[in-house]
Amino acid sequence: MISIASKEIEFSRLYKRLNILSLILVIISLGMLSIKGLNLGVDFKGGTLIEIRTDNNQIKISDIRQSFLKMNIGDVIVKNFGNDKDYLVKIELSDNKNPDFIEKINNQLSADLGSVVNFRRVENVGPKVSNELLKDGLLAIILALGAMLIYIWIRFEWQFSLGAIIAIIHDVVITLGFFSFLSYEINLSIVAAVLTIVGYSMNDTVVIFDRIRENLRKYSKITIIQISNISTNETLSRTLITSITTLLALSSIFFFGGEILKGFSFAMILGVVIGTYSSIFVATPILNYTKVNQKTVARENSE
Amino acid sequence: MLYFSKLKIFVIYFIIVLLSFFSLTNFIGSENNIFVKKVNLGLDLQGGSYLLLEVDSNPIIKQKLQNKLITLRKTLKENNFKYKNLNLKDKNIIFHINKNEIIKFEKFFLNKSNPINSFYERYNSYELDYSITEDVISINFSKFGLIEIASSSLEQSLEIVRKRIDEVGTNDPTIIKRGNNRILVELPGLDDPNRIKKLLGKTANLSFRLVSDDSNFGSELLSFDKGDQKLNISKRVLLSGDNLINARPSLDNRSNETIVSFTLDRVGAKKFAKITTANVGKKLAIILDNKIISAPQIREPILGGSGQISGSFDFQSATDLALLLRSGALPAPLNILEERTVGPDLGEDSIKSGSFSLLIGFILVIFYMIFKYRFLGIIADFALIINLVLLVGILSLLEATLTLPGIAGIILTVGMAVDANVLIFERIKEEMKTEKSNIHAFDIGYKKAQTTILDANITTLISAIILFFLGSGPVKGFAVTLGLGILTTLFSVIFFAKHMSSIYVMKNKDKNIKV
Repeated sequence: MISIASKEIEFSRLYKRLNILSLILVIISLGMLSIKGLNLGVDFKGGTLIEIRTDNNQIKISDIRQSFLKMNIGDVIVKNFGNDKDYLVKIELSDNKNPDFIEKINNQLSADLGSVVNFRRVENVGPKVSNELLKDGLLAIILALGAMLIYIWIRFEWQFSLGAIIAIIHDVVITLGFFSFLSYEINLSIVAAVLTIVGYSMNDTVVIFDRIRENLRKYSKITIIQISNISTNETLSRTLITSITTLLALSSIFFFGGEILKGFSFAMILGVVIGTYSSIFVATPILNYTKVNQKTVARENSE
Repeated sequence: MLYFSKLKIFVIYFIIVLLSFFSLTNFIGSENNIFVKKVNLGLDLQGGSYLLLEVDSNPIIKQKLQNKLITLRKTLKENNFKYKNLNLKDKNIIFHINKNEIIKFEKFFLNKSNPINSFYERYNSYELDYSITEDVISINFSKFGLIEIASSSLEQSLEIVRKRIDEVGTNDPTIIKRGNNRILVELPGLDDPNRIKKLLGKTANLSFRLVSDDSNFGSELLSFDKGDQKLNISKRVLLSGDNLINARPSLDNRSNETIVSFTLDRVGAKKFAKITTANVGKKLAIILDNKIISAPQIREPILGGSGQISGSFDFQSATDLALLLRSGALPAPLNILEERTVGPDLGEDSIKSGSFSLLIGFILVIFYMIFKYRFLGIIADFALIINLVLLVGILSLLEATLTLPGIAGIILTVGMAVDANVLIFERIKEEMKTEKSNIHAFDIGYKKAQTTILDANITTLISAIILFFLGSGPVKGFAVTLGLGILTTLFSVIFFAKHMSSIYVMKNKDKNIKV
């Protein structure tokens, strides 16, 4: 039975140290989120986003900035987007009811730069809609967490639910913390990424928990720590293979999927890595802290 | 059990063949056949414009209250009420009434056949609400009165918006209601929405009014559409755009100027004849949305019911004005709440980069699985290919909209789909350690992994469903492919891959299978 132990990794030895690390990361992330906040994109803050392609690469980014400065339309952020012909312009001013707004900018810009400017993408979100999108986004994340909570509460004992939920919150907070730290923009697709991370992290945790529960019924004499080790080891190669294939797919999006999907795939890659880590080192130790034992699952059975 | 009945095998492969057919129809030429179903490309992939408009019903409410005030004044007089100070104060009609008459007024006001306050049977409510403080009565629209106004102005606006967009002639526009005061417009393939935005931004209220000589009580100062010049215009509307039946741009023979010529209906023609006869020598202003377009002098009576508007137009602006006049006035101004436009070249780039990254992701995962599991890896890869074919098939069958995030969802499905097979293979590997019979090991492996697979996929499915209902635009496309991807994954693993591995293990039941 314990013969497998020879090539087992004793994950439990790392629990304490990594838990402290996680705690620090969560606190730093919460700090970042409350002090620095998130860089909300046009979707959630309102404003105008224009993706510009210029037809000659002699144009300097400062020329574009200068031209916008002249237009006097409030705060404008201009940055390169992928290559030296493409730029992304973000205009903070959100409440404009003038239907000529975009056309006027295009004319002015073309005149100032002395060459035809192609607006490849325009996103103009008014304050009403951006508020609604923000509310819907938050609601979606909260609902997803709630739904996961209910699902795992039905499927497992409360100690397991607690572990899984803490792990998910850990993943979401640290992922968003990274976004805050790097000042990466939060848009609709990031919300999609966060929801997928929630699903993925849950999935990963459930696979290990399933095995822990099975092993609690199989081995009657050993402690939860040992059971955690055995179960994590037994599922380890699955955990790694699935993470690797998912990461392979995601890095393909990140490197080849174009600029628009960069933020999304970055968030997902981050989330998958953190989610894999958290199911082994956050969710599982909580079973240990909440003193799960053979009786925990036996009781459930007799109910 | 690894055993598959003939019927089960037939059903599995029938579904696969059927959905493969639908996924193939995407690549055949577009005959208009009911059997040819295709995935729709989202605006972010084919280029186009998305506009969310809001009907601003405030001006209508004000207008309607104004009308109510006039009727009220008339009826109060007719019924010999003693009232004073009847006026309009921010969305309320307010007046003083003799205290003794309050009860009489209430009785009159709540009589279901009174001329001012209609009763809506279906809401079981009146159009207007009233409140009394001492001798002051305040009247405003009730909740249902407002709903009624909003829904009727939304209906009318929707029709006018449809007319205007149809006249411009774009491909397959989508124009639908959103909520109780919004209109969603999708214009695929349109790379410059400026013209449409301008056309939708105008209420196009046309009126013919006389230019008055002095700034007396019945006139207002209005400015010209072009230039800064202003004129005193009589408030009395002699003729409105409602009586117009046709308008088109044309060239004036004498001045070689672009003009808009219009035709009036019979009532309009009669009115117009009367006006022009009575006011020869005076100036008649043509006013659109409170801006003077032109104010020509009436030289002779116009009896034929047609006329022309000149106002230093170029051909484009004359065409647009004619279009606006033909489609009629919006009942209320429309505000653009949200606009998203993607140029066709960016859409093409997105399709290219999306499909390229799908291909790369697919190849990476396929080779990794073969590297990890050898022959079983090939089975998993076949399942993955079937999975993709099924996914595209279902998307086509549902004629779902594929967006760039949707492609990301497909790639993610590729990455996550192998999970189910991995769970099974790892389980079989474990079972092989203790179990002698290959068949048994496979059998138990499949059985034990099943619950975990379901568990694991349900969590992602929950996320996808929530995202589908709360996500908007392209992100919804992600939820669709991710959610459907889970279903096709389960099918391809639990049925297809299982059947393949059962054939494999039956053939090699006595050999040493390395997992």
